[in-house]
Amino acid sequence: MTKPLSDKVLGLKPSGIRKFFDIVSEMKDAISLGVGEPDFDTPWHIRDEGIYALERGRTFYTSNAGLKELRQEISNYISRTQGINYSPDSEILVTVGGSEAIDIGLRAIINPGDEVIIPQPSYVSYEPCAILANAKPVIINLKEENEFRLKPEELLNAITDKTKVLILPYPNNPTGAIMEREDLESIAEIIREKDLYVMSDEIYSALTYKDSHVSIAALNGIKERTILINGFSKAYAMTGWRLGYACAPKEIISQMTKIHQYAIMCAPTTSQYAAVDALKNGDNDVEQMRQAYNQRRRFLMNAFKEMKLECFEPYGAFYVFPSIKEFGMTSEEFATRFLMEEKVAVVPGTAFGNCGEGFLRISYAYSIDNLKIAMERLNRFVTKLRGQ
Amino acid sequence: MREELLAILEKNSRIDFKELAVLLGVSEEQVLTEISALEKEGIICGYHTLINWEKTSIEKVNALIEVKVTPQRGQGFDRIAERIYNYPEVKAVYLISGSYDLLVTLEEKTLKEIANFVSDKLSTLESVLSTATHFILKKYKDHGTIINQNRTDNREVITP
Repeated sequence: MTKPLSDKVLGLKPSGIRKFFDIVSEMKDAISLGVGEPDFDTPWHIRDEGIYALERGRTFYTSNAGLKELRQEISNYISRTQGINYSPDSEILVTVGGSEAIDIGLRAIINPGDEVIIPQPSYVSYEPCAILANAKPVIINLKEENEFRLKPEELLNAITDKTKVLILPYPNNPTGAIMEREDLESIAEIIREKDLYVMSDEIYSALTYKDSHVSIAALNGIKERTILINGFSKAYAMTGWRLGYACAPKEIISQMTKIHQYAIMCAPTTSQYAAVDALKNGDNDVEQMRQAYNQRRRFLMNAFKEMKLECFEPYGAFYVFPSIKEFGMTSEEFATRFLMEEKVAVVPGTAFGNCGEGFLRISYAYSIDNLKIAMERLNRFVTKLRGQ
Repeated sequence: MREELLAILEKNSRIDFKELAVLLGVSEEQVLTEISALEKEGIICGYHTLINWEKTSIEKVNALIEVKVTPQRGQGFDRIAERIYNYPEVKAVYLISGSYDLLVTLEEKTLKEIANFVSDKLSTLESVLSTATHFILKKYKDHGTIINQNRTDNREVITP
């Protein structure tokens, strides 16, 4: 073929993580702290429900929006954790992971040329999904001095008369930052005034270590303009099941359902049955995992303190985002040398946006024993760099 | 902090105070005070080691014995339980609801010793009505720990 492929797709940058992945996979005894998924197995009772669904022959499509029973459980869950009520019949769509919800949510909202505000550092797919939806991404470079929270003046500066939607990625991957109620209140005021849509990606909502997570959709006048995205991957350690969901006003959900129906049909049936059990009987598992993550988070923060590595205290997800600015190297140089010299893989902050320069994403979805070895090596590495 | 502390210790009693303090986000003194309180209150009853004896050359035979007894006036099951648990070879005694009363776990070196214990010591106790002995053939999981488990990390090494 000589005819060129899609310009839009050709123009997308490949994920910055890929290069590291290739090097690390070649290395035999490397320790990786680069994983963005839980180290726990899916709790057994949830897996067992998946198996049972297969045994009973539940191997057909479900309705496009997802099993009625699952949508009911999602509705109950959002209501009991966030105090927001969504109708299981018209305001909830079960998707293939939160990632599908990001994609089709943007496609349902955007007209060509609309602007999507994306605070960074953040998850790698918002910008490409916005571009694929023919939007213009407008990046806000979040600041460490604000603990990577979105500030009202930063939002105001990014808004033009073309702004259509704000993506709100909290608790945040890669920084671990959260937005507390007061932070959200000041943002909500602008959103109402400027009449914006919000895509609130709350996939890490169950993993916070200060107060429990507050959704922006719980604030006055926000729910009716918001797509709330969540899923089972992080809270229930169900990444491979590929199951997420979107909650939004029925006008938006009905449009998203059209895209979902033509592109996907329905989310995996086995996963949906398992997820019903996760929501019904999984609270205790989530709490146990949250507690384990919190212990590891404290362990890492203490290790950084002892080696005098600057890092703001993150209260969400399972990442810490230490600064390596004192070493005068780029994040990528640091991460590459750390990998080559100490055989520990971390992800350069720049994989999540240019303003991630000078930072590393370290995941604590690893056992304490693993983290101990990695921190010994990090300590040795920074000591060596400081001596040079 | 108490519940979380106990949860950590239940899995790893050898963890040191400094690390405990870091994991719990409290001071070492607080950890120390809490642990001594827990010991004093009899909440922490011991710090044992989980041993997979099968991997050693030392022979051990374990049995679970269901025991039906007549409770004694004024003492219920406590008196008869005490008579049984005082034998050092008895590892555990539980009062059980259901078709029998006491569940006794026993550890000996040989099958014969277990048989002797049941016939000579246990069955001859006046309030013991009947016993049923089950020998343990293999341990798969004990104290929440899966024996012989090699966990491997099957995740991709780097994911966004």
